[in-house]
Amino acid sequence: MSLLSKSVHEIHNGLKKGEFSARELTQASIDRIQAVDQEVQAFLHLDEEGAVQRAEEIDKQIAAGKQLSMLTAIPMGIKDNICTKDLFTTCGSQILANYKAIYNATVIEKLDKVGANLIGKTNMDEFAMGSSTENSSFFPTKNPWDLKRVPGGSSGGSAAAVAAGEVCFALGSDTGGSIRQPASFCGVVGLKPTYGRVSRFGLVAFASSLDQIGPLTNTVDDAAVILEAIQGYDDRDNTSATIAPTSYRDSLTGDIKGLRVGVPKEMMGSGIDETVREQIKGALTQLEKMGAVIDEVSLPHSQYAVATYYLIAPAEASSNLARFDGVRYGVRREGIDLIDLYHETRSQGFGDEVKRRVMLGTYALSSGYYDAYYRKAQQARTLISQDFEAIFADYDVVIGPTAPTTAFALGEQIDDPLTMYINDVCTIPVNLAGLPAISLPCGMANGLPVGLQIIGKAFDEATILRVAHAYEQESASIGKPVIGGVSA
Amino acid sequence: MSQYETVIGLEVHVELSTKSKIFCGCSTQFGAPPNTHTCPVCLGHPGVLPALNREAVVFAMKAALALNCEIAEYSKFDRKNYFYPDSPKAYQISQFDRPIGEHGWLEIEVNGEKKRIGITRLHLEEDAGKLNHMENGEGSLVDFNRVGVPLIEIVSEPDLRSPAEARAYLEKLKSVIQYTGVSDVKMEEGSLRCDANISLRPVGRKEFGTKTELKNLNSFRNVERALEYEVERQTDLLDEGGEVVQQTLRWLEDQNKTKVMRSKEEAHDYRYFPEPDLVELHLDEAWKAEILATIPELPDQRLHRYVTSYGLSDYDAQILVAQKEISDFFDQVVAQKADSKQAANWIISDLLGYLNTESVELAQTPLSSEGLAQMIQLIEKGTISSKIAKKVFKEMLINGGLPQQIVEEKGWVQISDESQLQAIVEQVIADHPQSVLDLQGGKDRALGFLVGQVMKATRGKANPQLVNQLIRKQVQS
Amino acid sequence: MSISKEEVQHVAKLARLTLTPEETTSFTQQLNQILDYAEALKELDTDGVKPMSHPMPEHNRMREDQVIPSIERELALANAPEQEEGMFKVPPVFKG
Repeated sequence: MSLLSKSVHEIHNGLKKGEFSARELTQASIDRIQAVDQEVQAFLHLDEEGAVQRAEEIDKQIAAGKQLSMLTAIPMGIKDNICTKDLFTTCGSQILANYKAIYNATVIEKLDKVGANLIGKTNMDEFAMGSSTENSSFFPTKNPWDLKRVPGGSSGGSAAAVAAGEVCFALGSDTGGSIRQPASFCGVVGLKPTYGRVSRFGLVAFASSLDQIGPLTNTVDDAAVILEAIQGYDDRDNTSATIAPTSYRDSLTGDIKGLRVGVPKEMMGSGIDETVREQIKGALTQLEKMGAVIDEVSLPHSQYAVATYYLIAPAEASSNLARFDGVRYGVRREGIDLIDLYHETRSQGFGDEVKRRVMLGTYALSSGYYDAYYRKAQQARTLISQDFEAIFADYDVVIGPTAPTTAFALGEQIDDPLTMYINDVCTIPVNLAGLPAISLPCGMANGLPVGLQIIGKAFDEATILRVAHAYEQESASIGKPVIGGVSA
Repeated sequence: MSQYETVIGLEVHVELSTKSKIFCGCSTQFGAPPNTHTCPVCLGHPGVLPALNREAVVFAMKAALALNCEIAEYSKFDRKNYFYPDSPKAYQISQFDRPIGEHGWLEIEVNGEKKRIGITRLHLEEDAGKLNHMENGEGSLVDFNRVGVPLIEIVSEPDLRSPAEARAYLEKLKSVIQYTGVSDVKMEEGSLRCDANISLRPVGRKEFGTKTELKNLNSFRNVERALEYEVERQTDLLDEGGEVVQQTLRWLEDQNKTKVMRSKEEAHDYRYFPEPDLVELHLDEAWKAEILATIPELPDQRLHRYVTSYGLSDYDAQILVAQKEISDFFDQVVAQKADSKQAANWIISDLLGYLNTESVELAQTPLSSEGLAQMIQLIEKGTISSKIAKKVFKEMLINGGLPQQIVEEKGWVQISDESQLQAIVEQVIADHPQSVLDLQGGKDRALGFLVGQVMKATRGKANPQLVNQLIRKQVQS
Repeated sequence: MSISKEEVQHVAKLARLTLTPEETTSFTQQLNQILDYAEALKELDTDGVKPMSHPMPEHNRMREDQVIPSIERELALANAPEQEEGMFKVPPVFKG
C-alpha cells in the first residue's frame, strides 16, 4: 500500500516517530506520481522542486525540535481552480493556459500555515463545468479503478489523485456535486461543507451562490482534519459565515444510536441504477443495526432541482467568466479591433461545454427572459430549500446515493449534455439549499465503487462526519485500486 | 417664444471620498502613477471577491438623506454586465432595483423663482478604470487606479425645463454634497460627472418627446452650453418636420457641437442580476438616525439663518452659501465678534473678487478668519480707515498676518490725535482761502475738498471724521 | 418557448463569442433541449415565493475603511498580454 494511502494521522505519527522524513514522504508522493500518473493523468502541473524544498525545510525544523501540526509535510493536490501564487492556475482551460496566479487563495494560506505540502495542481472539467473531467481542455483524467472509465467531475483530478495514492488528500470545489460525485466514482471520501463555512476567496468562481471548497480524502477522519484547517470566517469573503470554527474530530465517537435518518424516495427511485440502490440499501441496513432510525421521506420539489440549477449556475457563470477577455491576463487572440479581440480570445479560449453554459446563462439573464427563467429558478430554489428545512425539523440527516450510477465509460456521455446534467440529480439539491454533505464509499458494484451521500443541516458538518465515520468503522473497506499491477 | 417645452433630466455621478476603494483596500487617492493603486481584487483577477467598505455605505446614506431621499429598508447590489477594457470584471457592481435612496428632491432658484426638482434615486456603485488613447492611434492604455472608487449615481426626475435650470440644479447638488463632506465634488478631477437626457415637446402636451443622452459634460458651463446646443438642434429638426432620433451624443467642447456615440439599436442589454458575492444590506432606523445626526447644516438652512439672524439680503446670503468653504469662513469671522454685514460685504466684494481674478481658492491664500474679524473691529474702533483697510486686506491675502501688527509695522494706524492733525488742518486752510470762503458761504462741497487735502497730506492716515470736525471748527471760528 | 438560430447568434454576440455555422446549429438544438427540460418549472406555483439569491442568511457584512498597501505594479502587469507605460494595452477603443 502506498504511503500516501494511509490516513493523515497515521502519516503524522510516522513522521513524528521518525519512521520517515518529510523529504522521504514527499519523494514517495513524487515517485508514485511518476509511476502512475502517465496513466491516471490526475495532475495538470507539478511543483516537485518547491515541494522538495519545503520538505527539506520542514525536516530542519523537525531536527530543531519544532512541534509538528497534524498537516505538516502532508502531500496534497489542489484543484486547478484554486489560486496558488506563482504557480499555474488554469482552471483546465486554454484561456488561462499561461496564467500564474498573483495571490494565494485563503485556503492555500491556511494550509500553508499548518505546513501542508503542495505537490501539484489537479485536472478538472474546464471551469468546473462537467461531471467527468473530460471537459478539461488539456486531457481527460482516468478512473484509477478502471482506466477506461471517467473519474467523475469536475474535481476528477483531485479524486483520482487521492484514489491512486499520489497524494494524501486534495482540495476540490463543489458547485453541483463536483466533489461528491468524483469521490463516489473513485471510492474516496468527499466533503462539501455548508455554503459559507469555507472562504471562497481565491476559488475561481463558476457559480458564486453555489460554489464551495472541500476536501477529498482517504478517510472520514481526514476530511474532518482538513475541514478544521480550512474553515472559518474570512473578511475578504462577504459570504463566509461568522459562525465559530468547530473541532469536528471530537464528534467522531462511533455512536449513532437514536440517529434519525430520512431517506428521500425521490433519491431511491427508478432513476437510480439497481446495483447502486442495492449498495445504498445495504448501508442503510448497516446504519439501522448501529442504532439509527430510518424513515422514507420526500423532497417534493427535487424534480425541479436540475432545471433550477441549470438556469442559476450558467447565469452566474456567464457573468463570472466575462472577465476572461484577454486584456489583463490569460491567452489573448488578436483581432482586427477590440471587439474582434474579445470574440477571438473567448471563442478560441473556451471549450464547448463552457460556451454552451455561457450561452444558456446569458440567455436566461437577457432582456425579456429574466423573469421567466432566472427569477423563476430562484423561486424554485426557495421551495427546494424549504423541502430540506421541513425534513430537518424531524430528522438529523438525509441519506441516499451520491450518484445514480457508478463511473461511466470515457466518451459515453460527452455528446449528450442533458443526460450528463440529469446525472447530478442527487447532488444538486444540496448545493441549491447550501447544505453540507459527504460522500463515502459503501461497497462495490460491478467492480466499481458506490458512494453513499449523507446530507446535514446547515453548519452541522459535525453530525454528517460522525455518521460517516461510524459507518466507515463498521463497514468493510473497498480497498484500493490496482494500477499497473501495483495497489494504491 | 418657442413653441416647444424643454424637458431635461440629469444623471450625476459623484466619487465618494473614502480612504480606500469600495471593495478592496487600495487607496482612492487621485493622481498616482498608473496602476499603482491596484490589487488582485480591483484588477478583477480570477477568484477574487468584493469586500464592502462600510464608509461607502455610510456616505451614500448621508448624501441620500441630505437630498431628502427615503432610505431603503433593505438594499442590495446587482451586477451590470458589459464588456469594456475599463471594466476589469466585465461587470460593474451597482444597484438595480433596490437603491440606497429614492424619492428625494432638491430646491433650486432661477430668476428669483423657486422650484423643487425631484430625485428619482440614489445608488451606490464602483467606478471604472481610465482609458488613455495613444496619440499615434496605435491603441489605448488602461490605468486601473480609479476602478473601484466608490460612486453614487443621482438620477433626477425629468423636472428641469431649461439649460439654466439644469445648471442651477447641478450647482445646488454640488453644494449640498459638498456640505455633507462625502465628496470633494471637483468636476475638473472627475469626482463630479454629469450626463443629461433632453427632449422637446409641443407646449401643452403631456407625453415626452424622443430624448437624446448627452455625455462628456465636464464643467457647469459645458452642461449649459451643450444643452442649449441640443435645444436648438432639436428645435430645428422638429421645425423642419423631422424627427429626433434616440441616441447617445458626446459633447465636443472645442467644436461647440455634439457627435453621435451610439444609436438605440446599439443599446446595451446589461443583464442585471443580484450580486451573489455580497449579502443584503439592512438599513434600519437606528442606523439612519445615527447618520442623520452627523449631517451638518445644509445650504438652505444656512441661507435661512443668514437672512433671519444676520439680516443679510437673500442675494448676499446665496452668494455666501454657494461654496461651503466661503460660508464656513464667514461663520468663523462672525463667531469672532465681527459685524456680520461688514463681514459679508468684505467677503462678497473683496474676497470673492480677489479669488476670482487670481483664480485661486481661499485655502490657497494665507488669509485667516481671525485677520478679517480683527480688521473689521479696527475699522469700527476707528483705528484704521476703510481705505487703509483695503490695503490691510490685500496684505493679509498675499502675505498673511494679523491687521493690528500689519498697520503698526507699516505705520498705517489712523491719526486720531487732535494735536497731531491741528497743524495740518491750519496749513490746508491757509493754502486754500477760496475754499474756506465757499464753505463759509454754505457750499458744503468745499468741505469735501479740504478734507481730501488733509487726507492727502497724511497719506490717507488721518481719521476723516475728526478732520471734518476740525475743519468746521476752524472755519467757523 | 424555444430559441431560434438568430437568437442564438444574438446571445453569442452579447457573450462576445463567435459561433461557426455548425456551432450555431448544434447550440440551437442543445439549448432548445435544455430549455424544453426547464419548461417544467413553468408548472410550479411560485406566487409570493421570495427568490433565493444565495443561501447566506447573514446581512450587513462590511469592512472598515482602511487602506491596505497595493501590489507592485510589476505584479499587476505580470500576466498582461501587452503593456506600455505601466498600463495594459488594447487596440484603439475610442477616437473623438
